[in-house]
Amino acid sequence: MIKFEQVSKTYAGGQTALRKVSFHLQAGEMAFLTGHSGAGKSTLLKLISIMERPSAGEILINGHALSRIGSRQVPYVRRDIGMIFQNHRLLKEQTVFDNIALPLVIEGYSGREVHNRVMAALEKVSLTSKQRYLPHMLSGGEQQRVGIARAIVNSPPILLADEPTGNLDPELSVDILRLFEDFNRAGACVLIATHDLGLIARLRYRTLTLKNGEMKQDFMQTGQSS
Amino acid sequence: MSLLFKRRSSGATERKLTIWQKITAFFLAHVRQWLASLGGIWRDPIPSLLTVAVLGVSLTLPATLYVIVKNTQSVEDSFQNAAQISLFLKQQSSQQETAEFVRRLQQNHKIEAVQFISASAGLAEFSQSSGFNQALSLLDENPLPDVVLVIPAADYRTASAAQTLLEELESAANVDAGKLDITWLKRLNAIVSLVQSAMSALTLLLCLSVLLIVGNTIRLSIVNRREEIEVQKLVGATNAYIHRPFLYTGLWYGFFGGLIAWLSIEVIRWNLSGAISEIASLYQSDYILIGLSANEMLFLLGISMGLGLAGSYLVVRGQIKQIEPES
Repeated sequence: MIKFEQVSKTYAGGQTALRKVSFHLQAGEMAFLTGHSGAGKSTLLKLISIMERPSAGEILINGHALSRIGSRQVPYVRRDIGMIFQNHRLLKEQTVFDNIALPLVIEGYSGREVHNRVMAALEKVSLTSKQRYLPHMLSGGEQQRVGIARAIVNSPPILLADEPTGNLDPELSVDILRLFEDFNRAGACVLIATHDLGLIARLRYRTLTLKNGEMKQDFMQTGQSS
Repeated sequence: MSLLFKRRSSGATERKLTIWQKITAFFLAHVRQWLASLGGIWRDPIPSLLTVAVLGVSLTLPATLYVIVKNTQSVEDSFQNAAQISLFLKQQSSQQETAEFVRRLQQNHKIEAVQFISASAGLAEFSQSSGFNQALSLLDENPLPDVVLVIPAADYRTASAAQTLLEELESAANVDAGKLDITWLKRLNAIVSLVQSAMSALTLLLCLSVLLIVGNTIRLSIVNRREEIEVQKLVGATNAYIHRPFLYTGLWYGFFGGLIAWLSIEVIRWNLSGAISEIASLYQSDYILIGLSANEMLFLLGISMGLGLAGSYLVVRGQIKQIEPES
């Protein structure tokens, strides 16, 4: 589903963020991306959503080379990728409902369809009662769940999360991860960047470890109690 | 449309719509955004209000000049018959020659009307109106020549054309001298054309300022909404989608600016109408100040909306392209 072939990324200042990274994430797979801060986790996610372009190598999504995607087509690629951010990136002046509806409105769904899908997404993240709230009236965990609802509302085949539990206490973090597991079970390919090793240890998923921009480990986390 | 996943459905393709429904949906979406942009202006009224006010003032100036020129022209038109030519005929020409000359003038296509005043009729009129009755009766013979009053055809009434016509008529054999009182008309024409060219220059400059004002306001509102635009881009909005509300805002600015300009002109006109009618009554005229006609008002609105749209378009394209999401 997501395939990196010898991907390197050097920023304009000469700073190398990724060095010849290769991996292949299968369809319907869920994996963690880990490493200390500055190891290149965010850069890797940005390359998938074409917020950055690689300096060398090729990235393929579902067999399509991203280097062939022109800037005018980028929005259509992003519609296939649900993105979740540490700082949520919600629109402050819009209600929870409107925030979640945004991707659907952009894609041109009808009013009724938007309503149905947003309500379904709200139910999945258990925020139905707070649909009329503004983001600042919600707790950090709730805001993150709104961000997740927005990412999954148009049922994208790929879900990327950048430190989704960064600001949350461990209990809430597990709740959030359970949500990701649900979507993964529904068929989405999920890639979660996190430095929360404790969290990873509790779940049995493939883990990609970056160190100074290089892929150090790519292994299946084996059973520890959760 | 999904580029990467062939079988994946998306908003527009999922529902099986007829072409007609798609067209309706397209227009509905535009109308929704158009109204939404009005809502945006309403929610944050202060900067919009200031911008619209500046636009209104900028548009009022050329529009007022236009109204002034229009009124001056209508005054000028009503004084056109002042451009009448008096031809003084030679004393020695016979009655027959004079009659023949007047007949030829009547057939001249450059001339609209000819009035012949014989020397005796002229004397009678003069003695009546001047009060020199007694003095004139002392004269042995009539000192006045026969006079022909010529009113040029419409195309020959402007100062220069009337002058040419005068020279042409003066060259006739039995004309002693001709007179055309056009100095004041020349002056008026010169002033009107000065105002007109000043108006075109000013209009150009003020239209440019409208363009820049709208552009700058839109640029600021893009900067203010940078975060929102980034989020929109992150969830897959095309540039065109992000452009639209800003373009519609520019259109609204133009609309309200044009409306303010029209209202200001009406207020100025209403304010002046008392003074004007007083002057007019002193001149025994029923002159009234003309405002903008419905067509001219629509034209004004069209121009201002066009400028609003253009100003916003100039800025929106570059600015939105520059904003790229960072996380």
